[in-house]
Amino acid sequence: MKKQILALTTAGLLLGTTALAGGHSHPVTGEKLADDQTFSYRLLDDVPTLDPQLIEDVSGSHVARQLFEGLINQDADGNNIPGVATEWSSPDNKVWTFKLRDNAKWSNGDPVTAQDFVYAWQRAADPATASPYAWYVEITQIMNAGGIIAGDADPSTLGAKAIDDHTLEVTLDQPLPYFPSMMAHATMFPANKSVIEQHGDAWTQPGNLVGNGAYDLAARTLGEGFTMVKNDTYWDKDNVIIETINGVIINSEDQALTRWEGGEFDMNEPVPSGQFPALQVKYPNEANSVPRLCSYYYALNVSPVGPEALKDERVREALSYSVDRNVIVNQVLKGGQSPAYSFTHVATAGFEAPEIDYGTWSQAERDAKAKELIAEAKADGVDVDGLSFEILYNSSDVHKQIATLISQMWKQKLGVDAGLRNLEWKTYLDARSQQDFEIARAAWCADYNEASTFLDLMTTPHGSNDGKYSNARVDELMAQSKTSDNPQPLYTEVEELIAADMGMIPIYHYANTFMLEETIKGFPMNNAENNWYVKDFYRVAQ
Amino acid sequence: MTPFIIRRLAIAIPTLLILIIFSFLLMEAAPGSPFSTERGVPPQVLANLEARYGLDQPLWKRMGIYVWNIVTQFDFGPSFVFKDRTVNEVIAQGFPITVTYGVWSFVVAVAIGGTLGIMAAVYHNTWLDYLAVGISVGAQVLPNFVMAPILVIVFTLWLGWLPGGGWQGGQWQYIIMPVIALSTSFMASIARLTRSSMLEVLNSNYIRTARAKGLPMRRVIFLHALKPALLPVISYLGPAFVGMITGSVVIDVFFSTGGIGQFFVNSALSRDYSMIMGITILTGALTIFFNLVVDILYAWIDPKIRY
Repeated sequence: MKKQILALTTAGLLLGTTALAGGHSHPVTGEKLADDQTFSYRLLDDVPTLDPQLIEDVSGSHVARQLFEGLINQDADGNNIPGVATEWSSPDNKVWTFKLRDNAKWSNGDPVTAQDFVYAWQRAADPATASPYAWYVEITQIMNAGGIIAGDADPSTLGAKAIDDHTLEVTLDQPLPYFPSMMAHATMFPANKSVIEQHGDAWTQPGNLVGNGAYDLAARTLGEGFTMVKNDTYWDKDNVIIETINGVIINSEDQALTRWEGGEFDMNEPVPSGQFPALQVKYPNEANSVPRLCSYYYALNVSPVGPEALKDERVREALSYSVDRNVIVNQVLKGGQSPAYSFTHVATAGFEAPEIDYGTWSQAERDAKAKELIAEAKADGVDVDGLSFEILYNSSDVHKQIATLISQMWKQKLGVDAGLRNLEWKTYLDARSQQDFEIARAAWCADYNEASTFLDLMTTPHGSNDGKYSNARVDELMAQSKTSDNPQPLYTEVEELIAADMGMIPIYHYANTFMLEETIKGFPMNNAENNWYVKDFYRVAQ
Repeated sequence: MTPFIIRRLAIAIPTLLILIIFSFLLMEAAPGSPFSTERGVPPQVLANLEARYGLDQPLWKRMGIYVWNIVTQFDFGPSFVFKDRTVNEVIAQGFPITVTYGVWSFVVAVAIGGTLGIMAAVYHNTWLDYLAVGISVGAQVLPNFVMAPILVIVFTLWLGWLPGGGWQGGQWQYIIMPVIALSTSFMASIARLTRSSMLEVLNSNYIRTARAKGLPMRRVIFLHALKPALLPVISYLGPAFVGMITGSVVIDVFFSTGGIGQFFVNSALSRDYSMIMGITILTGALTIFFNLVVDILYAWIDPKIRY
C-alpha cells in the first residue's frame, strides 16, 4: 500500500513538472508553447559570408538579420520599427538624426554605439574592404560615399557622424525621404571594430563572430549547415521565444522537399517549380505563397549592336503583346506569381500599379494589335519577313520552358522565329553585360521596399540596364523622384513611358513559395521583402 | 623497387606543375568572373575587388605567386566566394568528411562486390551466379543520383529510421545512406570484374592441376585463384578509390554532408579560382599517389611484373 502511494505521488510529481515545463504560453496571444523551441530551415546554397558589409545574397541577409540588428527593423507588414534606433527624424530629409537605445549590447558585452554604425558604413564604402555591395552605401545618398568608393576621398569623410554614443547624425548628398527604410538592409548593420581588427577576414567564423542580434553563431560547417542560439546579451531577449535556429543546406529542390516531408526541418524554400498546386492540396496549412519583390522580364537589346528590327517600337510592342503571361503564370509556374505588364512589383510599398493600357486588354485583343503593328511596320519598310531573334537565358528548366513557350507564341502569332541560347550562369552574365544578346531573360529584385529600386534600372546610366534602353524623360523623372515628397505620380509616368516605348518585356512578378510547419507562428506573411526575424517566431504545442 | 618509387615520385612533380598550368589557363579562358552578379558591380568596386584578390596582376605573375605560396607555405590562398575562409580551411573541413564516407564506401563496395563476384564465378551457371549477376546489374543501373533520393524516400520519409542528411561530426546514422548510395555502382563494377577474371583463372591449367591433386575447393580459391584474379580488379580500384575519397557532388548535395565534392563543382560554377585550383591539385596529387600504390600492389601480386 505504501509503495502504491509512493508510486502515485511520484507519478503526480512527474505530471506536475511536465505540466510546468510544457505549460508556457505566449505572453501576448496566450497560445500554448511547445517545449522544444527550435526553428530549422533549409537553404538552397551555402551563404558565402556572414559579414554584413560583404553580404550580397538573399539567404546571407536572412542569416545576418538574426545575428545583427540595424538601426531599424521591419514588422510583420514590412513597416519600419525601432531596432537599435529608438527614434529618428529629419527636418529636410537630408540631415537625419537617429537616437540609439542605451541598452543595446554586442554579444561580447560591449555597448552598441553610434560609432559602430559609422565604422560599419565607412568600412562598407572603403575600397580596401572591396565590398560587392559598396554601391548600396552610395545609393543611400550618404555624403561622399561615391567619392570614397572611387578612392577619391578618405572613408572618414563619409557623411555619418557620432554626436555622442547614442546619437547618430547622417548627412546626405541630396534629400531622400525613404532613407530610414534603407537602414533595414544588412549592408547598414553595425560592426564591432575591435573584433574585426583582431581576427581579420576570419572574424565571422564561429567563436570569433560578435553580433548584436537576437542570436549568436554557435557552429557552422560549410555545405552542411549552421546553428545559432539565443543571445543572452540582446536587449530584448525576454521577448525572444525561439532558442535555437538550425540552417540546413540542400542544393537539390526535390531532395529538400522529400526531407521536409520527412520532418527534418520546419521551413523549405523554394519548392520545386510547378509542384505548388499539388502541395497546396496535400498540405493546405503548410504550403504558402507570398509576393516576392522581384520582376521577371525580357531585356531587349536596343543598343547600336542590337538587332535592327528591335529598334522599331512597333516590333517591340508586338513581341510584348503576343506574350500570353497568363499561360506562363498558370501553366508553368503555378505558384501564385502574377502576370506583369509593368516593371515594378505590384506589392512594393506605397506603389500603386499604374493602369497600363495593354494590361487591361484581353489576350485576343493584344494578339490582334500585335499583328496590326507588325503589318504597320512592314508597310513602313521595316524588314519583318523572316524576322528572327535569339533568346538568351541562363541554364535552368524553368527559364527554358518559358523561353520555349514565348518562342512558340511569337512563331504562331507573328511568324517570328526565336532561337534559344542557354549559357551557364557566369557566362550568361558576361554575355548580357557586354550586350552579346538580342533578347535576354532577366530578373530584378528590390534592395529596399520602394519603387525606385526597380525603376532606376531603366535609367540610361544604370549599370544593369543591359538592353541599353534610354529615354531622357525617364531619366529626368527618376532624378526628380529622389527628392520628391510624393513620387508616386512620377513613377506612374515612368511606367507608362516604359510601356509606351516597350523598353523591356515585363513577364511576371515573383511569388515566394515555401513550406512552413504549421506549429511555427509569427512568420511575416505580409512583409513583401520577405525579411523575417526569428526573434518574432514561436512554436506552439501540438 | 625503391628506385622505381623514387622515379615515379620525381615524375609526379612536373605532372602536378603541368596540371596547375593547364587548370590555370582553362580557368582563365572561361568567361565570367568570381565577382560578376546579375545586378552588376560598379567598375570601381570591381577594380577594388580585383586588386584585393590580385586579379589586377598579369597572368604569369599570378600563377607564379600562386605556385610559390604553395611550395613555400602550403598556402592555397583565400576562397573568392567564402570570404572568411581560406582554401586550406575549406579542404581541412570538407576532406575528412569525404574521406570518412569514401573509405567506408570503398570497404563496402570491395567486400560485397568481391564476394558476389567470387561466388558467381565459383558457382558458375547456378542460381547463385544468376542472383549475383542480377544484383550487380541492378546495382549498376542505380547510380548515386538515383540511389540517393530513393534511400531518403524509403528510410527517412516512409520508415523514419535514418536522418535524411547532415553529418553531425560523422555519427553512424548519418553515414549509412551516403555509403550505400556511393558504393552501389562501384560494388556492381567490382562484382562483374571479379567474376569474369575469376572465371578465367578458374579455367586455367594450374587450377585444374590443383584440383586434380585433390586440394579442397576453399584452398584452391583463396590460395591459388584469388591473387591472380584480383589483378584486373586492382587496376580498377586505384582510380575508384580516389573517386570515392575526393567525393561526389551528388552525395554532398543530396545528403548535405559538407564534403569536398560539392565545392569542386560549385567552385567551377562560381569561378572561385583558388578553390578550383586547390581541389584540382588535391585530386591530382591523390590520383598520382594511388596509381603508384596500384603499381606497387601489381608487382607484389604478380611476380612476373618487375620495375
